[in-house]
Amino acid sequence: MLTTRIALTLAAMLFGVSPALAQPTVKIGLIMPYSGQFADTAAQMDNAIKLYLKQNGDTVAGKKIEIIRKDTGGVAPDVAKRLAQELIVRDQVDILAGFVLTPNALAAADVSAESKKFMVVMNAATAIITTKSPYMVRTSATVPQLTETFGTWARKNGIKQVYTMVSDYGPGHDAEQGFQRGFKDAGGEVVGSVRFPVANPDFSAFVQRARDVNPAAIFIFVPGGVQPAAIGKALAERGIDAKTTKVLGMGELTEDEARKSMGDASIGIITVYHYDHNHDSVANREFVKAFNEANAGRNPNIYSVGGYDGMRLIYEALKKTGGKTEGDALVAAAKGMKWESPRGPIAIDPETRDVVQTVYIRRVEKVGGQLVNVEFDRIENVKDPFKSRMAR
Amino acid sequence: MISSFVGVLFDGFAYGMLLFLLSVGLSVTLGMMNFVNLAHCSFAMLGGYVTVTLMDRLGWPFLATLPVAFLAAAGASAALERVLFRPLYRASDLDQCLLTIGVVFVSVAGAAYLYGTVQQPVQLPGYLRRAVTLGSFRFPVYRLFLIGAALAVTVVLVAALECTRFGARVRAAVDNQRMARGLGIDVDGVFAVTFALGSGLAGLGGALAIEMVGLDPSFAFAYLIYVIIVVSVGGLASIGGSFAAAALLGISDMAGKYYVPQLGAFLIYLVMVGLLMWRPAGLFGRR
Amino acid sequence: MATVSLEAVGGAHGYLRAQTRWRRSEIAFWLATLLPFLLFPAYLQLASQIAITALFAVSLDLILGYAGIVSLGHAAFFGLGAYTAGLFSKFGWGEPLSGLILASALAGVVGYAASFVIAHFRHLALIMITLGMGLLLQEAANSASELTGGVDGLQGVRMRPLFELFPFDLWGRTAYTYSLAALFLTFLVARRLTHSPFGLSLRGIRENAVRMPALGAPSRTRVRQVYTIAAAMAGMAGALLAQTTLTVSLEVLSFQRSADVLVILILGGAGRLYGGVLGAIIYMVARDQFSGINPQYWYFWIGLLLIAVVLFLPNGILAGLDRAAARFRRRSP
Repeated sequence: MLTTRIALTLAAMLFGVSPALAQPTVKIGLIMPYSGQFADTAAQMDNAIKLYLKQNGDTVAGKKIEIIRKDTGGVAPDVAKRLAQELIVRDQVDILAGFVLTPNALAAADVSAESKKFMVVMNAATAIITTKSPYMVRTSATVPQLTETFGTWARKNGIKQVYTMVSDYGPGHDAEQGFQRGFKDAGGEVVGSVRFPVANPDFSAFVQRARDVNPAAIFIFVPGGVQPAAIGKALAERGIDAKTTKVLGMGELTEDEARKSMGDASIGIITVYHYDHNHDSVANREFVKAFNEANAGRNPNIYSVGGYDGMRLIYEALKKTGGKTEGDALVAAAKGMKWESPRGPIAIDPETRDVVQTVYIRRVEKVGGQLVNVEFDRIENVKDPFKSRMAR
Repeated sequence: MISSFVGVLFDGFAYGMLLFLLSVGLSVTLGMMNFVNLAHCSFAMLGGYVTVTLMDRLGWPFLATLPVAFLAAAGASAALERVLFRPLYRASDLDQCLLTIGVVFVSVAGAAYLYGTVQQPVQLPGYLRRAVTLGSFRFPVYRLFLIGAALAVTVVLVAALECTRFGARVRAAVDNQRMARGLGIDVDGVFAVTFALGSGLAGLGGALAIEMVGLDPSFAFAYLIYVIIVVSVGGLASIGGSFAAAALLGISDMAGKYYVPQLGAFLIYLVMVGLLMWRPAGLFGRR
Repeated sequence: MATVSLEAVGGAHGYLRAQTRWRRSEIAFWLATLLPFLLFPAYLQLASQIAITALFAVSLDLILGYAGIVSLGHAAFFGLGAYTAGLFSKFGWGEPLSGLILASALAGVVGYAASFVIAHFRHLALIMITLGMGLLLQEAANSASELTGGVDGLQGVRMRPLFELFPFDLWGRTAYTYSLAALFLTFLVARRLTHSPFGLSLRGIRENAVRMPALGAPSRTRVRQVYTIAAAMAGMAGALLAQTTLTVSLEVLSFQRSADVLVILILGGAGRLYGGVLGAIIYMVARDQFSGINPQYWYFWIGLLLIAVVLFLPNGILAGLDRAAARFRRRSP
C-alpha cells in the first residue's frame, strides 16, 4: 500500500503523471502572451475566460475543468510550440486554447495535428491558420472576413476612391489586400497606398503623403495599443477629419482607449469589426454588465468576446461528446455549432472550422457626451472569403 | 513642393525634440557619469504614470503635472542610487548593464501590477491640441510646445553645467573623482544629485512623450533603443551633441518616410550606422 | 639567453597544457547534462532549447568575454542560421545534419564579411553598429516577406528523421540529443580555441588592443577570425532551433534575442566558457518556473534575480562560485 503510494508519487514527480484523481478532469492549456508588448490582449481574453468559468461553473459533463496558463512573452513561435508540447506530454492537457498571435498559433497547430488534440484559437486572425490542423476551431474572426467585406461595403456606399495605409507586417498586408480586393472588385479605385513600419512613433510623414493625394477616403490598419491614438492624432493635426475625407479603418482604430486619447478628433471615423461592447442585444448587455463588475468597470473587447465564445464552444462540445476529449470527437461536435454570442449570432463553418458571423459597420459619434462606436450597418452570415476562394 | 518640405522639416524637428527630451537625461547619467543606465526609460515611464495619475484621477491640469513628474522620477532614482547604483559605480560595465536591466524588469512588472497592461489615455487641454495656421502651413501647437520645452531644457542644462558652481563641481567629479575628492568636493553628494537630475529629466521626457507615443508597461523597453541611439550618435556627455543628433535623426527619419516610404523602417538605423562609422565617438564626442 | 627562452616556451606550453586538462568538475558537469533523460523526461523540449541558448551564449562569449567585443546584434547570425536551415528544408532539403552545417557555414561567411567593419570599431560605437546591423537585417527579413514569411513566420518547414532513424518526437528526445551533441562538440572546439595561443592573444586584445600588434599578434586579424567563428556558432544555434521546433519567425533576428543572450552570458559570467552554459540553464529554468507560477508578473522575479546576482555575485554566477570555492579551499587545508 505504502510502496504503491510512494511509487505513484515518485512517478508523478519524475514523469509529471498525476495519480488517478477522485473526479475526472478536462485540462485546458491556455497559451497566450501574458507578458510583454501584447500583455493587454491576453489580459482581456483571460478576464473573459475567468468570467465564463465563474458563470458556468467548473464542471461539464461530469468532468472538472482545470486550466493551465502559459506565457509566450510575445511573438515567439518556438516558445509557443514548446509550451504546447509540454502541456501535452507533461501536463497531459486535453485541449489547447488561447492564441492571440498568428505565429504562435501556427506553431502550436503542428502539435495539435500531431497529437490529435482539440485546439481553439480565440484571437489570431490570419486566414490560413485553421488549415494547419484538422482539430482546430476559431472563435474570433479572420482579417479578410472583415476587410474584404468592408471594401465591398465602402464602394457600395458611395466611396469611389480610397488611399490605404497599413502597418508593414503580416496582418497589415492581409488587411490591405482584403480591403483593396473587395473595393476594386466592386468597382472602386485605389489611388495610392503606403505601408508604415511596425514600430513607428510618429505618423505625420505618412499622413502628409496621404493628404498630398487628397483622396475621398483613407483606409487604415494599425495594430491595437499605442498606434491607433497616435495616427488618429496625426490625422487631426494635419486637418484631416470626417468632413473633408472619410476615414475608414479596422476596429482597432477606434477602441476605447484610442477614442479617449483622440477626443473629438475621432468623431466620424468609420470602422469595421465583429464586436463592440456597445452592441445592442440582451446577451451582450448581460455580458458587459458581468464583465464590468468582475473587472473594475473595464469594458470587454474583441479579445474578451473571442475568449468567452471559445470557452462556450469548449463547454458545449464537451456536453455533446459526454465528456469525451478525443480531438476527433470534439471537433466533430464543434462543427456546425450555432449560438447567440454577445456579438450576435455566430456559427462554426463545418468545412473550414472558422467562424461565420455578422460584420458590423460603425461610426464614432457623441452620444450623451460620450464617444461611442455606433453600429449603423451590418452584413450578416459572413464566411471567411479567403478559404471560400481556396475551396473553389 | 516647398510647403511639404517645410512641413517635413518641422515635423521631423519636433519628432527629434521628442527623442531629445526622452534621452537628454541619459546623456547625463550614461554620458557624463559613465554609468550604463539601461533603466533610463523606466524613470521616463514613472514620469508618464505620475502625469496620467494626476490628470486622470486627481484632475490636475497637464502643465502642473510636469514638475511633479520630474520630481517623482528624480526622487525615486535618488533612493535607488543610494541603495543599488552607488556601490556599482566602479563595477564593470557588464554588471551595471545586468543590474539596470533587472531594474527594468521589476519596473515593467510593477507597472503592469499597479496600472494593468492597458494603454493609458491622455487628454491634453484644448489649447495644446490646436494647430496654428501660417499661410499655407499648419503647425500643431503640441509640436511647437515640444520644441520650446526641448530648447528650454537645453539652455537651462548647459547654463547650469557650464556657468554655476554646482556645474563646475559636477564636471570636476566626473573628470577626475580622486582629484575632486582631494579638493574637498563631496563627490558622493554631487553624483547623487547628478543622477537624480538625469532621471528627473527622463521623467519629464516621459510625461511629455505620452501624448505622442502612448503609455503602457512595455514603455520601459520600447524606447530604450531610441534613446541609446540619440546619445551614442550625439557623443557621450554632450548635451549639445544629443540635441544635434536628435534633430538630425528626427528630420532624416521624417524626410525618409515622406519621400521614400519603402525605406521607412531602415532609415533611423542606416543614419545611425552611417554617422557612427563616420564619427565613432559621436557628433560632438571627445572620447 | 637561449636556455631562458626555451624554458619560457616550455613554461608557456606547460601553462596551456595545464589549462587544457579536463577537471573533474567539468566531466561531472557534462555527465549531468544526461540526467534530464532519466529524471525529467517531460522537460526535454525545454532542455533542448536551453542547450541551444547555451550554444548561442558560448558563441557570444567568444567575442565578448575573450575579445572584448560587446555585441547587441548577435541575433543577426542566429537568425541567419535559422532562416537558412528553415528555407533549406522548405525547398525540399529536409536532412538535418547537412542543413545544420550549411546554415552554420553561411552565418560564418556573413560574419566574416561583417568582421571587416567590426574590427575597426570599439566601445559604444561598436555596440551601436552591431545593434544597427542586426536591426537592419530584421527589417530586411520583414520586407522580404515573400521569402521569409514575414511576421507570420516561415511556413512549411519539415525535417527528416536524424540519420534517417530518429524522428523529432513530441517529447523532445531526439531534439535534446541532437542539440546537446551539437553543444558539446562545439564547446570542445571553443574550449580548445580559448586554451590555445590564439585564445591568449584574444584576451590580450581585450585588455589592450593597441599593444597586441607590438607583441606580434595582429589585433584586427585575430578579431576577424574569432568573429567569424562566433558567427558560425551562432548560426548553428539558430539552425538547431529552426530544425528542432520547425518554426522560424522574425523574432529570431530581434533585438530582444540579442539582449536576452547578453543578459544570460553576463548572468552566468562572461569570459569563461561555462558562464554562458550556466547562465542559459539558470535563466531559462528560472523563467520557466516563474512564468509557470505567475504568467503575468514573472518579470518581477527575474528582475530581482538579476539584481541579486549583481549585488552578491559580481561578474556573474560562475565568478562568484569560484571565489566561494577559493575561500573554502583556503579555510580547509
